[in-house]
Amino acid sequence: MTAKAKKNDGILQLSIKDDMTIYNAEALKETLLGYCRPDTRELQLDLSAVAEIDSAGLQLLLLLKAEAQRRGFILRLLRHSEAVIEVFELLKLGMYFGDPIVIPANWKKS
Amino acid sequence: MSDISPALETFSQEVDELLTAMEDALLGLEAAPDDADCINSIFRAMHTIKGSSGLFGFDDIVSFTHQVETVLDKVRNGERSIDSELIAVLLACKDHTAQIVQHVLFNEDEPLPEELQQQSQMLIAGLTGQSAAAAGVPSTQEEKADHFEVDPNTTDSSDNWVISLAFKPDALRNGMDPLSFIRYLQTLGKIVEAIITMPELLNFEDVNPQSCYLSFKIIFNSGCDKKTIEDVFEFAEDDCNIHILPPNSRQEHYLQLLDNLPEDQVKRLGEMLVEIGALTEKEVMRTLHEQWDDANDEPKPLGEMLLEKNILQQPVIEQALKKQESVKQKVNKESNYIRVDAAKLGYLINLVGELVISGAAMRLMVDKHGLSDVDDVASTMSHLVEDIRDTALQLRMVQIGETFTRFQRVVHDVSKELGKQIQLQITGGESELDKTVVEKINDPLTHLVRNSLDHGIETPAERLRAGKPEKGTIQLNAYHDSGRIVIQISDDGKGLDPDRIFAKAVAKGLIKPDQMLSKSEIYHLIFEPGLSTKEEANNLSGRGVGMDVVKRNIEALRGTVSVDSELGQGTVVTIHLPLTLAIIDGFMVEAQKERYIIPLSMVEECVEMSSEEWQIDDVQHYVNLRGQVLPYLRLGDFFHKNKKHTHTQRESLVVVRFGEAKAGFVVDELHGENQTVIKPLGKLFENLNGIGGATVLGSGDVALILDVQGLIQYARKRVNPTLALSSGI
Repeated sequence: MTAKAKKNDGILQLSIKDDMTIYNAEALKETLLGYCRPDTRELQLDLSAVAEIDSAGLQLLLLLKAEAQRRGFILRLLRHSEAVIEVFELLKLGMYFGDPIVIPANWKKS
Repeated sequence: MSDISPALETFSQEVDELLTAMEDALLGLEAAPDDADCINSIFRAMHTIKGSSGLFGFDDIVSFTHQVETVLDKVRNGERSIDSELIAVLLACKDHTAQIVQHVLFNEDEPLPEELQQQSQMLIAGLTGQSAAAAGVPSTQEEKADHFEVDPNTTDSSDNWVISLAFKPDALRNGMDPLSFIRYLQTLGKIVEAIITMPELLNFEDVNPQSCYLSFKIIFNSGCDKKTIEDVFEFAEDDCNIHILPPNSRQEHYLQLLDNLPEDQVKRLGEMLVEIGALTEKEVMRTLHEQWDDANDEPKPLGEMLLEKNILQQPVIEQALKKQESVKQKVNKESNYIRVDAAKLGYLINLVGELVISGAAMRLMVDKHGLSDVDDVASTMSHLVEDIRDTALQLRMVQIGETFTRFQRVVHDVSKELGKQIQLQITGGESELDKTVVEKINDPLTHLVRNSLDHGIETPAERLRAGKPEKGTIQLNAYHDSGRIVIQISDDGKGLDPDRIFAKAVAKGLIKPDQMLSKSEIYHLIFEPGLSTKEEANNLSGRGVGMDVVKRNIEALRGTVSVDSELGQGTVVTIHLPLTLAIIDGFMVEAQKERYIIPLSMVEECVEMSSEEWQIDDVQHYVNLRGQVLPYLRLGDFFHKNKKHTHTQRESLVVVRFGEAKAGFVVDELHGENQTVIKPLGKLFENLNGIGGATVLGSGDVALILDVQGLIQYARKRVNPTLALSSGI
């Protein structure tokens, strides 16, 4: 399993433990789809373990955001990893997702 | 220029033309300093000369013209204003360019002589207002393009590229990662904003995560050119639709480049846009493919498609189309002209002359043998021959305007030199005449204009005192009058003083002090050798040689010159010239079994010579032609003085006119119209009175062409002896 989930009162927490690339996009999509249930009020994605993210991964996040809006639940992205921050920076996506991004003090890129 | 290659000859001709155009434009600028056309034409002259010189490796010309061009570019962009000082320097630059060109053409391998180099530096210093040493040598077109380059640090938000990337579904599966391209793009500039779009109403459930649904719109700030940006996405081409819209500042840059595109050949819209860097080759190919695919209906024009697909802004496309149109017209116009060796043309005219003669011979034979069936064919042919003759002569006709405009420079230079203010007005420049005549009239005209400048127009102070406008005017006028061209040089200067001319002529022994002369006869004395009323000679005129040469030159062209003047009001010199020297429409008459040709354009009418009707005065030799005193001349008597003969047959009177003067020629027979090929008389007969040339008739006989003007004068003199000048004049 690439993701771990906790469930609490309609708020789902999910840690993604794998790269978000085209190679596992299919599996990831199935997993994420599994959490888009009618009783889901909020989906929290912990991205701290995402070592690599490519366009397919990014696309999944974008699609998920759109799906959340459509279904009326909240998607929160937490603890963005460096790889994710780098992509968000590149495409100025921070505002779109609207989640606070914590930049670690020891971030090498800065 | 026999010792230089044809390519260089073309180069030299081109330079000549460009420099002439530049001079015209410079002089035009004096009148209208803001005329953009003039400035452009000056710039173009320098620019083109620089370009062609670079082709031949004439570095001296390149380095000099480059400096001039740089200054002109500033003028063109409004960074520097044009004043008379700058115009004077530019005129000098034009002359100097001509000198360098002459030098390198004939001494290709030698370096520029010291004096020319110094002159170059002086002129450049005069142009730029700075030391010439600081000026560098240009090399290529790229350098020029560079200086329009947008500053890469510009942060103006409107000044950005807009890059649209629409990836195809298979992009990811094919190993494309859009993010990596965008990452690479970052190395070329700054991504100001990125907008990601996906198809709406996309159900997460139905999504294939390995397909790509993403489209990017990236606002990008960079100083790179379009090609470099496009190259970033080179590998994505197959899986992505890429549009790169240049920023607004680029747009101006493109417009400028479009303006500067050489106008030597018509290019396709796509080619032009690629050349200036507004489009890349790939974009053109793609658009053209689409155009091809759409071909079921009317395919849309490329420009429209580019606009629709938002690849380029409208102004750029419009400008490119306009440019294309103007080049098209220019090339069309150019290709309508062929340079022909004047000698070949001369040969053609000669052949046409022979054709006219042999046509007449055939006509004669047809009439003689009464071949009625050949008659029709013969008349058709003589019509054709007539057309050929007219067209062939038309080939050599040039407008006199070009000769006239050359005097703008003379007037400009001389008036500066003399401290006078003089303007030249040109009218009738479109009148056409034979090229050989134009060439030969140049020297006499120069002389007359210089005379007007020097003697005619007074200094500004004198003019103001005389109550005339400070600025003097010289007019050059040309018009056609009965088969001849009339050229007038007039000025509003101080005019000729008849008393002084008379006194001078007496002093020179040209006339006797007690001789009675009319005003116009006195004026005519200025054409006598050795007469100048100017007390001191300068380098322009006043040495008393010249007017006689002017007269001789004009008479050599079968023309005449006359002068009229009003003291204090100005002087008018009028030149009458034949339009052509080769073939004329003649009117053939016969007297004493001899045939004569009168130029048809001079014939007014033909009447019967009957004493009842015309009150012929046989002693004074005039008739009363409907109340007009008309002097007449018996051609038979005039040319065969010693022969006695009786006028038994019915005679005819041919009334001829030259200018205002009229006279009648009495002849035995009228033969009618005849195409006359003028053959010059040999040296031996050059000075015969009353004969201007000869022609060969169809029968092989020779007919003499009458010098109508001389004969009219002779006839008039006989009627009123007080008009006659002494034979010494």
